[in-house]
Amino acid sequence: MHVRIAYAMAQPAGGEFRLEVDVEIPARGITCVFGASGSGKSTLLRCLAGLDRPQSAWIKVEGEIWQDETRLLPTHSRRIGYVFQDASLLPHLSARRNLHYGRDPGSDADTADAVKLLGIDHLLDKNPRQLSGGERQRVALARALLSRPRLLLLDEPLSALDVARKQELLPYLQRLPEQLDCPIVYVTHSPDEVARLAAHVLVLDEGRCVARGSVTELMASRQLPVNAAGESGVVLETAIAGLDAEWNLAKAEFADGSMLIPDPGVTAGGLIRLRILARDISLSHAVEAHSSILNRLPATVLRIEESPDAAMCMVHLQVGENSRLLSRVSRKSARRLKLAPGSSIFAEIKSVAILQ
Amino acid sequence: MMFPAEVLQAIWLTLRLATTATLLLLLIGTPLAWWLARTHSWLRGPVAAVVALPLVLPPTVLGFYLLLALAPAGPIGQLTGALGLGSLAFTFEGLVIGSILYSLPFVVQPIQNAFHAMGDGPLEVAATFGAGPWKRFFTVAIPLARPGFISGSILGFAHTVGEFGVVLMIGGNIPGETRVVSVQIYEQVEALQFAEAHWLAGSMVVFSFLVLLVVYGSLGRRAVPGMRFGS
Repeated sequence: MHVRIAYAMAQPAGGEFRLEVDVEIPARGITCVFGASGSGKSTLLRCLAGLDRPQSAWIKVEGEIWQDETRLLPTHSRRIGYVFQDASLLPHLSARRNLHYGRDPGSDADTADAVKLLGIDHLLDKNPRQLSGGERQRVALARALLSRPRLLLLDEPLSALDVARKQELLPYLQRLPEQLDCPIVYVTHSPDEVARLAAHVLVLDEGRCVARGSVTELMASRQLPVNAAGESGVVLETAIAGLDAEWNLAKAEFADGSMLIPDPGVTAGGLIRLRILARDISLSHAVEAHSSILNRLPATVLRIEESPDAAMCMVHLQVGENSRLLSRVSRKSARRLKLAPGSSIFAEIKSVAILQ
Repeated sequence: MMFPAEVLQAIWLTLRLATTATLLLLLIGTPLAWWLARTHSWLRGPVAAVVALPLVLPPTVLGFYLLLALAPAGPIGQLTGALGLGSLAFTFEGLVIGSILYSLPFVVQPIQNAFHAMGDGPLEVAATFGAGPWKRFFTVAIPLARPGFISGSILGFAHTVGEFGVVLMIGGNIPGETRVVSVQIYEQVEALQFAEAHWLAGSMVVFSFLVLLVVYGSLGRRAVPGMRFGS
């Protein structure tokens, strides 16, 4: 789908905020819109839904024009699913009536599927007020699935939840692309959610799109503005190639190599997304025989990001043809290893986070 | 028999007046309250002030201007005259018009506050669920504003029951037509029938107390939208 928006809105505090984006959003998979508070993420979502009406916009979804110079399709005529931060349900209706409110909610079989998928059977006769934040969001997701949207919009759906509830809801979100054959736009300011959920990323800053691409590209090139340097890292898409039952390890293969990871409980052939933080990769010239490190990948230094007033630097590495890693080491170590673009080195991976 | 026939007639007339006025007020007041709660027009301030005028004006002022308007030469009088209804001054219908104006803020403001308190959220959710403006209004706004409708109706009804000045100005004192309870009490006191006046006045005190008890007691656990005047 294609989106072009120019929106000047007066700020309550005076002055005006301008949102200006011109992007293509992939027709499938989760596109994360990432940025700090006030970068215009939620405004972009509200414009896509027709809740905010930009002065000038071109919004085309699956061949249907939702807004152009002369037309503006009102929100209720756009087939969208919208999950808000907290209140995504009508407060005076039971969960069941929320599922069935409005347009044709599909067949009973669809309802049964969505209810089962999200595990909300026992919640259907309760009012939103009686549900926890996580339960409300699951009902809202079921509702969004049922409405067979042509565009699914999620506005920080986890931000009102505590850590445990977030973990509970994430698997449902990860499965969304299998359930819905439409663009899914997911607004967040959490790098962790981007790493877990995104196939594509748009980075917004002060109303402008400053970077976009696949999550692996953007994470590896450090174009996601992440607050703490310790959060930098890469995401690798891997397939489970074999299991080692004796040590509870699994072999995860990616385009340019493989790694041993703790058995994620996925059968061979299953797809696993891994995140490797830059601080969890150390560098060495020789293959150390006496070391606890399991995974050691040959790599080439692409470039080194450093500044004279910092102790640490960021080393960009290439593995094989297309895979990237990031390593955060001290500037002193980098000098001692005589690192320079083109150097060959071993990347020693201390730990790997299994995202899905 | 506690009350003589003429008093019963006054009570019945009062209830009929208050019921008619309250129903019409809900019809007129709901769209007005919706507009006041949601518009960004510059007209909002002036209109809100006009709606609130009966709160501060002496009923005699309101009654005086209404009397002029309802008289055969006044704007409403000319209209009703042209329609063959004659002047509405000193009629039950005239009293209904007066009561509507007099009790307007008591109905509009609680409903307006309830619409306002609801915020945009539920309406936006309903829009994303595919509901158009009318459906949103009837299936979301009205149910969510129910406490406002309840307190608005009760206050509008009770306030109409309690009106005196406007009635005296535009209704006079015609038994069965415009002699409501408050006027009846006035009559009794003027005639030095203190015992009868006691019965009726005491009944009014009990009635008003019970109404306010319902408003503050049952709705009080939630915020009572009607008790916060102004916007």
